[in-house]
Amino acid sequence: MNDRTQILVDHVSYSYDGGETIVLDDVSLDIKAGEFVAVLGHNGCGKSTLAKLLNGLYVPTKGSVHVCGMDTADDDLVLPIRQRAGMIFQNPDNQIVASIVKEDVAFGLENLGIPTEEMLPRIESALNSVGMIQFADSAPHLLSGGQKQRVAIAGIIAMQPNIIIADESTSMLDPTGRKDVLDTVKMLNRQKGITVVWITHFMEEAAQADRIVVMNEGKIVANGTPGDVFHDVEKMRAIHLDVPHMADLSHRLRKAGMPLPESILTVDEMAKEVAALLCPSK
Amino acid sequence: MPIEIKNLTHTYSAGSAFQATAIRDVSLTINDGEFVAIVGHTGSGKSTLVQHLNGLLKPTSGQILVDGEDLNAEGTNRRAIRQKVGLVFQYPEYQLFEETVARDIAFGPKNQGLNPDEIDARVRRAMEHVHLRYDKYAERSPFDLSGGQMRRVAIAGVLAMAPKVLVLDEPTAGLDPMGRDRILDMVRELHDKEGTTIVMVSHSMDDVARLCDRMVVMAKGSVAAIGTPGEIFRQAEMMQSIGLGVPEARSLCIKLQEQGVDVPDNLYTPEQVYDFILSKWKELNKPC
Repeated sequence: MNDRTQILVDHVSYSYDGGETIVLDDVSLDIKAGEFVAVLGHNGCGKSTLAKLLNGLYVPTKGSVHVCGMDTADDDLVLPIRQRAGMIFQNPDNQIVASIVKEDVAFGLENLGIPTEEMLPRIESALNSVGMIQFADSAPHLLSGGQKQRVAIAGIIAMQPNIIIADESTSMLDPTGRKDVLDTVKMLNRQKGITVVWITHFMEEAAQADRIVVMNEGKIVANGTPGDVFHDVEKMRAIHLDVPHMADLSHRLRKAGMPLPESILTVDEMAKEVAALLCPSK
Repeated sequence: MPIEIKNLTHTYSAGSAFQATAIRDVSLTINDGEFVAIVGHTGSGKSTLVQHLNGLLKPTSGQILVDGEDLNAEGTNRRAIRQKVGLVFQYPEYQLFEETVARDIAFGPKNQGLNPDEIDARVRRAMEHVHLRYDKYAERSPFDLSGGQMRRVAIAGVLAMAPKVLVLDEPTAGLDPMGRDRILDMVRELHDKEGTTIVMVSHSMDDVARLCDRMVVMAKGSVAAIGTPGEIFRQAEMMQSIGLGVPEARSLCIKLQEQGVDVPDNLYTPEQVYDFILSKWKELNKPC
């Protein structure tokens, strides 16, 4: 653990039914302040359990989780931990509580006991930062799924957290909604230095992270940059995960003999490398 | 059993302050045995359109002809038509309700008035179609299954009515890659082996490119384009301007063209692009 470690998962196991169903098995993970970490894995691999351990919704059966130096097993620290590490869930309809957008954003602040005169600027700034200020007085049920998720994010931002944990927060959205929500979180990561733990099964989203952690059957099976993780196409396939289309295509072309680099993930990278091979004159 | 949609318009809450026209003057024909994909933005009218195909919604104006019969005419046996056109809603697993998988799937055939032996045969066949083993899952509670499995149970419930046309509204939404592939493989098999006509609403241009015979592109409640994936994805600019985009394989071809590589306009699947790039490269590197 070094100075910048913000989340420390230390030999954590988690089981239900008095140890019969093991969901996480001796998982260790170290996330630094300001990192954007994607967690990949198919359903049932333990990634949502991991997310819930990160803000004290669950407490480890074995091992420990520290968030900003605070032990999640300590009941007295639950509120400060949740204020530091905010969570966005999968279903946009399950996390809006108020009937007006700005009141929904105020909900967390009220729970923290923030005085009203301080709440208003915080709400405004939070809605501004997710691009939803023009909907401050709207009814949430009239918003699209992506807009609702951005309101949920604003509710977290208003609490001035260090960490955002998103548990498949784009999986029920259409492509535009997905892009809006991911772009919003990426921007918060870059501009405000908020640490992001992005749980997803969309490979294209994971490819945009600084680091990818791949989980399978309750264990971490890969942990590295998108380039490192996705070039092992066979390993990803073996645990029923996809790789980005371009990583797959370049893998197959390499196997057929074309001298393409292993790090290709995007259409732009692929086009550049292939064009160089097909137009040698240039 | 073709389905003809003629000048279909649907206005929700007509005459009230909340009046909203979801689809406007839509005409198209779904031919027997076709695999048709319907793509479009959220709010473009896709779901409204497909809910007309078995009479769940009534047109504000226009007609739906199923096998030549006007679905909404007086005297039409809508019940019979609903059994021929199976509709799988978004997140159909939310509609599971029975205590066991087999009983949930049997609900439709039971309502059709079939005898117990026929019902049992239908349930078994439907479970086979969705790749859930009868001996393993029939007596399980549907609520103990994974999300992908629950969705397959829900689809089996529709298949058990033995529909000629299967309409699926975003059948892979919210599933992980394995769950998604299982559903899509199953839909493809129903089409290829059973000859079931498929109408599938999808957000994934890559899935659509790989599976369908014909695409209907919806935008703002109207049909913006109809054609084969090759014809539609050739119009990359139109697809970008609607905000749908094209499959990544097609994007790669466009980028390669920009960099001076001579790529034909009709490639849109990874397989086609793989073959093209490899043969072009081999040609350039032929030993003299």
